Amino acid sequence: MQRIRLRYTKRGRLRFTSHRDFQRAFERALRRAEVPMAYSAGFTPHPKVSYANAAPTGTGSEAEYLEIALTEPRDPERLRGLLDESMPAGLDIVEAVEARTSGLADRLTASVWELRLDGVSPEDARRAVDVFEAAGTVEVQRRTKNGIRTFDARSAVVALESADAHSSQPDRPTDQPCAILRLVVRHVTPAVRPDDVLSGLRAVADLAPPVPAAVTRLAQGLFDEETGTVTDPLAPDREAAATEPHPAGATAAATAPA
Amino acid sequence: MPAEVAESVFPQLEALLPHVQKPIQYVGGELNSTVKPWDSCDVRWALMYPDAYEVGLPNQGVMILYEVLNEQDGVLAERTYSVWPDLEALMREHRVPQFTVDSHRPVKNFDVFGLSFSTELGYTNMLTALDLAGIPLEAKDRTLDDPIVMAGGHAAFNPEPIADFIDCAVIGDGEQAVLEVTRIIRAWKEEGRPGGREELLFRLARTGGVYVPGFYDVEYLPDGRIARVVPNRSGVPWRVSKHTVMDLDEWPYPKQPLVPLAETVHERMSVEIFRGCTRGCRFCQAGMITRPVRERSITGIGEMVDKGLKATGFEEVGLLSLSSADHSEIGDVAKGLADRYEEDKIGLSLPSTRVDAFNIDLANELTRNGRRSGLTFAPEGGSERIRKVINKMVSEDDLIRTVATAYGNGWRQVKLYFMCGLPTETDDDVLQIADMATRVIAKGREVSGSNDIRCTVSIGGFVPKPHTPFQWAPQLSAEETDERLGKLRDKIRGDKKYGRSIGFRYHDGKPGIVEGLLSRGDRRIGAVIRAVYEDGGRFDGWREHFSYDRWMTCAEKTLPSFGVDVDWYTTRERTYEEVLPWDHLDSGLDKDWLWEDWQDALDETEVEDCRWTPCFDCGVCPQMDTSIQIGPTGKKLLPLTVKNGAPAPSGHVH
Repeated sequence: MQRIRLRYTKRGRLRFTSHRDFQRAFERALRRAEVPMAYSAGFTPHPKVSYANAAPTGTGSEAEYLEIALTEPRDPERLRGLLDESMPAGLDIVEAVEARTSGLADRLTASVWELRLDGVSPEDARRAVDVFEAAGTVEVQRRTKNGIRTFDARSAVVALESADAHSSQPDRPTDQPCAILRLVVRHVTPAVRPDDVLSGLRAVADLAPPVPAAVTRLAQGLFDEETGTVTDPLAPDREAAATEPHPAGATAAATAPA
Repeated sequence: MPAEVAESVFPQLEALLPHVQKPIQYVGGELNSTVKPWDSCDVRWALMYPDAYEVGLPNQGVMILYEVLNEQDGVLAERTYSVWPDLEALMREHRVPQFTVDSHRPVKNFDVFGLSFSTELGYTNMLTALDLAGIPLEAKDRTLDDPIVMAGGHAAFNPEPIADFIDCAVIGDGEQAVLEVTRIIRAWKEEGRPGGREELLFRLARTGGVYVPGFYDVEYLPDGRIARVVPNRSGVPWRVSKHTVMDLDEWPYPKQPLVPLAETVHERMSVEIFRGCTRGCRFCQAGMITRPVRERSITGIGEMVDKGLKATGFEEVGLLSLSSADHSEIGDVAKGLADRYEEDKIGLSLPSTRVDAFNIDLANELTRNGRRSGLTFAPEGGSERIRKVINKMVSEDDLIRTVATAYGNGWRQVKLYFMCGLPTETDDDVLQIADMATRVIAKGREVSGSNDIRCTVSIGGFVPKPHTPFQWAPQLSAEETDERLGKLRDKIRGDKKYGRSIGFRYHDGKPGIVEGLLSRGDRRIGAVIRAVYEDGGRFDGWREHFSYDRWMTCAEKTLPSFGVDVDWYTTRERTYEEVLPWDHLDSGLDKDWLWEDWQDALDETEVEDCRWTPCFDCGVCPQMDTSIQIGPTGKKLLPLTVKNGAPAPSGHVH
């Protein structure tokens, strides 16, 4: 069995795709692309797809990951192209590597987010960020299935900065002020989402964007404590492929680097 | 109409989407959707299914017209659906107009705003959409800045209740009709729109295939009945004809079915295997108004399924029609498809199967590649007598034989559909449903040797429909319907031996009365619809939104000034002489034939299916110059490729 790891995006208006919606679309794309999928056993067999840590509905992403299991080997790049053609534009399959290491999900320990705040001046944003950074804890509330939950949104945040305003979405009108925040947040339980950080900014510094923030995940991967960066989670597989171009089988690669 | 420039409202809409449920339904971008440049087209259609996206997107009618229109050079079609109340409130607050999901252009900027009504319960949603679009609710208030509002779909066979709100209606098959309408609009625009809207509507009306309510006056008798419906200008036909597409193989649509990202009610590759039905069930409006029967050939079906699956990636194929097992080559179709897709885990479904057309070979083909889910049959009536009245010629022995086969072959669950409130029905006719269900369970236990057998009885109130033999029939009141259903429930629940194996699902009689009011209503009902809409009525097909009390209150406010009331429209029996509100809309059925069939119903006389017996002179074929088109062709579906023949592409880069 060959396992292939894919990076995909949620761009533009398709960022409103929920994870369930994505799953259905992806499974149909697997059929359209005639991918020789491995199926789970049981009464209603399902194609073997493992999703990791999906971005919330409404947020864009450049860095979503999943892994599929195939019954026959395929060239990852060719497969990527076929799948990408079979998905709606915006849900783009942008990277594919053969899995040569274990634990992709374990390597997703932090995310880099961009928060675009239309109608907020960069100065106001910078001031709010400073207050947030200076705080020890920032209590926020989130509505969950089990009612309102209160938790700290500060400790999971490893970096929050007001980036210089160059627009990542050039199609937007730019005649109004716009602040762009760059956020690096650890994946903890309960999860701290960009929304929660925005709630935190409102709580500590009254930062209230007039329109909903446009939020995009730029990267996710292993958080490197020394450099404070988020590393590419597919790099170990790529490196393994470079040193051992023809593996006996992907499952043999049991040693996890990093 | 027609703004030569139409800006996308997506930037404004986008800001609202984080605040609404399931925002994905409003963003478009579905696989196989089409966005054509606005400037490259001179005739632009906005097509609406006036219900939520999850119901509207899979609708075959809209999907077919969307594709047929978009295939034309210089023509574009985009789709719009009803927005849920959460988004409606935000759109009103932020002044975002009704938009198409394809390119988010305002509906008001299109040349035609076409609505497909499968049911009358979408009328209030049409008013919501018009108002959100900034289009005047009433046709008489519209100007050249507004689109032509056009109704289609089965409910449009009696468009009188919405006559004030639509500019025109097209009845029957839409494929060719939309192209003809497009041609007329194009010519009128090229000439510089001479004579304004009225001239365009006149050009449409004089074809005889487009009904423009504004060109007809309705005169009433002192007792409230209609005296006559008469054209108010020359050149307009007295009666408007339905459209009939004759060769389905020439119209293999949808070729590229839309694949939604949002979850919808049907997620499958649907192929219409034939259109029309001549079984002659007297309650069935669809069967009456879609005559004659026209089959798609087995090879045409095979090709559509093949292309459709490749284009979509769906894992289920639905073979649609009004009675799918009646296709003259259904066995070969089912076997051929099951053979082809055996390895691909593609399931097949036949959504409408008659008890007497079902057989176990067919059942096995249908379940070969998929799950063995429940089987559903619709005897419709509980007693032999009432089944003769409705001309549903299925005997109880047929049913027992069929369920015995099913239970004997591994099925554990059978669903049975019935109606309550059929003409001449008594309590006894309905109570016999319980006897039928117990016989089904007893037989099931006998042949399967197991007590783990279930039968679900599902029953709803009968609503008399226009263009059927029951168009003259009195509808049973909501109270009587509920009382009769209560007796049936008590009888089933009280059965110690079998009751626990029988599920009982029913719909109360109230929604049926509103549906009945709208189905057989005339132009005076428009005031009720408008009052309900203004009082907040939306999504009447949804239990959680529907309000019977609101409809009744609004009817009590508006109808007395006309000297009529809800009972007058629903529970009143009509006589032979009465001019019915839809008499000037020609479904091809001869009114005298319908009346004879109504008399036959009262005499419990059955009528055969004209596919296999001589013509009964229902009128359709001579009137419409059409004929029955059925197989068999004798052809078979061949495998698409040699199984495991081609070497798999090699897995690694070189």
